[in-house]
Amino acid sequence: MLIKRREFLKTASMATTALWIPRFLQARQPIGYKGRILVVLQLSGGNDGLNTVIPTRNDVYYRERPRLAISREEALAMGSEAGLHPALTGFKSLYDSGDLAVLNSVGYPNPDRSHFRSMDIWHSGSSAEEYWNTGWLGRYLDAQCIGCSKPSQALEIDDTLGLVLKGKDVKGLALQDPKRLYDTAHSPYFDDLAAAYRGPDSPAGRPDDSESSLGYLYKTMAETLSSADYIYEKSKARPTQAVYPETKLGKHFKTVASLILADSETSVYYLSHGSFDTHINQAGQQERLFKEMNDALVAFAKDMKANGRWEDVLCMTFSEFGRRVKQNASGGTDHGTANQMFFAGGRLREQGLLNELPNLTDLDKGDLKYQVDFRQAYSTVLKNWLRTDPVPIMGGRFEPLGFV
Amino acid sequence: MKKEQQLKHLLWRTGFGPDVQSIERWMALKPSEWWPAIKKDAAGEPEYFNVSGNALDGFAKGLGELGRMERDRLDKEQRKKLRKESRDGLRNLNMLWMEEMVRSKAQLREKLALFWHGHFASRQINMLYQQQLLHIIRMHALGNFGTLLREVSKSASMLAFLNNQQNRKRQPNENFAREVMELFTLGRGHYTEQDIKEAARAFTGWGFKPDGTFVFRENVHDFDEKTFLGKTGRFDGEDVLTILLDQPRTAFYITQKLYRFLVNEQVAPTERIEWLADRFYRSGYEMSRLLDDIFTSEWFYDEENQGANIKSPVDLWVGLRRGLSLEMGSLDGQVLLQRALGQVLFFPPNVAGWPGGRQWIDASTLMLRLRIPHILLDDRDPDIQTKGDDDTDMGMGQSLERRRNRLQARINWEPWMKRYGNVSENELLPTLSAFLWQTPQSKAPRAVLEKHTVGSNSNGKLKTTVIQLMATPEYQMC
Repeated sequence: MLIKRREFLKTASMATTALWIPRFLQARQPIGYKGRILVVLQLSGGNDGLNTVIPTRNDVYYRERPRLAISREEALAMGSEAGLHPALTGFKSLYDSGDLAVLNSVGYPNPDRSHFRSMDIWHSGSSAEEYWNTGWLGRYLDAQCIGCSKPSQALEIDDTLGLVLKGKDVKGLALQDPKRLYDTAHSPYFDDLAAAYRGPDSPAGRPDDSESSLGYLYKTMAETLSSADYIYEKSKARPTQAVYPETKLGKHFKTVASLILADSETSVYYLSHGSFDTHINQAGQQERLFKEMNDALVAFAKDMKANGRWEDVLCMTFSEFGRRVKQNASGGTDHGTANQMFFAGGRLREQGLLNELPNLTDLDKGDLKYQVDFRQAYSTVLKNWLRTDPVPIMGGRFEPLGFV
Repeated sequence: MKKEQQLKHLLWRTGFGPDVQSIERWMALKPSEWWPAIKKDAAGEPEYFNVSGNALDGFAKGLGELGRMERDRLDKEQRKKLRKESRDGLRNLNMLWMEEMVRSKAQLREKLALFWHGHFASRQINMLYQQQLLHIIRMHALGNFGTLLREVSKSASMLAFLNNQQNRKRQPNENFAREVMELFTLGRGHYTEQDIKEAARAFTGWGFKPDGTFVFRENVHDFDEKTFLGKTGRFDGEDVLTILLDQPRTAFYITQKLYRFLVNEQVAPTERIEWLADRFYRSGYEMSRLLDDIFTSEWFYDEENQGANIKSPVDLWVGLRRGLSLEMGSLDGQVLLQRALGQVLFFPPNVAGWPGGRQWIDASTLMLRLRIPHILLDDRDPDIQTKGDDDTDMGMGQSLERRRNRLQARINWEPWMKRYGNVSENELLPTLSAFLWQTPQSKAPRAVLEKHTVGSNSNGKLKTTVIQLMATPEYQMC
C-alpha cells in the first residue's frame, strides 16, 4: 500500500523517538485475517424472532397470535415458508442478492429469562451454569495479540464498554464519537503523565511493569490516549461520503464505515440497538426499531459495496432471547428462549435460511426449543471468518457451521 | 509520616478512607489503639433502611414471585406502577446506604457489608426483599459467618433470585444448591454434580411469603434420605448448611476471598491464608477472630500490601466524598456514576458478584475516574450515557439518569485549609501526595505534577494540587 506523503513525513519525524517508545505502543497492524471485519449488532431487550422471520405457513403461529401475527401477504417472502417483517425491506434485498443468511432457533440449554443474565451469557459465551468475567470477543483479543494489545482493535460504539469486549489482558475501547473520545481523553495534564510514563526513563518498557496494578493503570491510560489519537485521525482520514439516516444507529454505522474506509486496524465493531422489550403494544415499537435498523444497515451495505469493501465485512445480529410463542393480553409478548441470528456480508458460503424454521408444535412450556447452540455460531465466526482457533476462546469444542 | 501512612492504610482497608476533619483524632492515638477504636465505632446495631413505604401491601410487593394466574389479576397500570416504585425504591436504598458509608462512624461494618453484598450477590428488582437482605448483611457483617449464611439462605431475595421457590420434590431446581456451594461456601471443584442434586433435594420446600418471611413448605419437601458430601441422612436445608460449615474448605474459601478484599487482591500467600482459615474455623466462624488476626498482624502493613488494591467504584466515590467533604445538592447523579464506572449497588452483574481488581478498569472507566476530580471542581456535567437496563426499564428505553446527571457536588475546602493552609508552597506537593496516595512508589514525575499544580495564590495552589493528585492512576489504588 502506498504511504501518503503526509503520513510518511509524520512517520519520519517520529522515527528518532521510536527507539524508546515501548513495543506495545509501536506496531500498528490489524490483528484480523486479511482485513476482515466483524460487525456485531446487538438487539437489546429480547427481539421477537417470530415476528422477524415469520413462519407464514404455520397455523400455530396464526392461532397463538391473533392480534400480533403478520399475514403472509404483508411479510416479505423468503422462499415459500417464511417471510421477513415488512419493515425489513433492505434485509429482503440482501436476501435476494445472496448477502443474507438466517440461522434459526439459536439458544442454549436451561435458558434464563432475565435480560441481564441472559445477555451476560451471550456476552461471555458461558453456559447458563457458569459465571465468566470475560467476553468471547475479549478473549479473541487476548488470543490474537499476546503482549501487543491495543484497545482500538475492537470498538464498541457506546460510552461504556460491555462485558463482551473485555478479555483477561486485552480490552476493547468504547466510544460514541471519535472526536468526543479525543476531546474527553486528552488534557495537557493526562498527556504529560502518559508521555512521562512512555518516556526514556520510564519503567514502561520493562515487561513486568504491567504486573503491578499501578503499572496496569498507566499502561491503560497511555494506550487509551494513543488509541483516541489513532481513531480520531482515522475517522478524519477518509470520512464516508455516503448518506446515512439521522438516527443514533445510522450515525453509529457511519462512524464504523469511515473507520473501515480509512483502513483502521479495528477488526471488530460492536453496536447495540433497542429496546426490543415489547411487553406492551409490540407492533408499533418493533416496526419503528426495525425501520431504523433496516435503514442503517442498508446504507452501510451500500456504502461498503460502493467502496469495494462489502466482501471484507460480516455483520451479525443477536438478541439475548426471543419471546414466547403466544402473545400476551397487552398486545405484546413476554420473555422467551431461542431466537434467530442474521448474518450479512459479501462472502457468505451459504445464503438464505440455513436451517429449519422453529418447530411450534414441540415447545418447552410454551417456549421454543433451541436447535443450534449460540457458541456454535460464535465458533463459526471465529474459525471461518476471523480464522482463529475457537476452542481456547470458547473454552471447549462447539462444532462450527459452514455458512461463512 | 510513617505513622500517617500506616493509619491511612488501615482506614482504607477497614473503611472508605480518611477524611481530613477526623484524621487528627486518629493521629492522637497510639497505633495499637487504632484497631480497638475502629471496632468500637462499629459496635451496635445498624439502622434498618426502609424504603418500601406503606402505599402497597406485602402481597403487591411480592408481585414478581406470584404465579402467572395471580399476576394476570393485577392490571397493566398497577404492574407498571409497582415496577417503577420498586426501581425508585432500590435507588433510594442505594442512596441511603451510600450516605451511611460516607457518614457513619461504623466504617468497618459498612465496608464488610459491601464485601458481603458482593459475596451474597442478588440481583432482582423487588425492593422489599433487597432491603431485607441488606439488613441481614449489615446485621451480621461482623458477627458469625454461619449465622449470616443461614439468614441469607432463608432470605426472600436469595431464594427468589436463585429460583428456590421452584424447587419442589417432583421437580427439583438445582440453582440455589449449586450457588450455595460454588459461590457462598466451598468454591468450585470441591463437590460433585451428585452433591448438588442431593443438596437441591434437601432445599426443596424452602420458600417465602409475599412479605418476605421464610416458609418451609412441607408438601413439596423431599423427606427421603440423601447422601451429601459423604454423609447420609434425611437432610433438610439446615442440615446441608451445617455440613457445609463443617468443611474446613469453607473457612479457607471465605478467608481467601476476604484476604484479597481487605489485604491484597494480587498476592495471597497460601500458608498465611491457611493459618487464618484454621483459626477462623476453630472459632466457629467468628468474624471478630478473623478480623483481629488480620488487622493486628505485622504483615498487614507490609509494603507489598499498601496501595496494592484497585479501588472499587464505590470505594472511589465514597472515598472522594469523605476526602473532599462533598456536599451533595442532589443524590441522583451518583447512580449514573456508579453505572458508568461499573458498580451499581443492588445490581451485581450476576450471582458471582463483581469480579473486582483489574476488571474494574477499561479505557472508558479509567478515563472517567481520572476526570471525576475535575468534574467536581468545576461542577461540570460528566457527559456520559450509560447502557439501559431492560430488567428494570421494561422496554421504556433509554436510561433515565441522563436527564439528571449533574452531580451538584460542592467541595468543602475548609478542613483542607485548616490542615494544610500553612504548608509552604514547596512542601505542598510531597505533603499532599503522601496524604492522598497509598502507593509506596509513584509513577508520576514530580516535574509533571509541579507543572500542572501552579496556582494563582497559595489557596489556589492547594486546591489545584489536591485535585490533580486525585486525577491520577495513583489515586485509584488503596
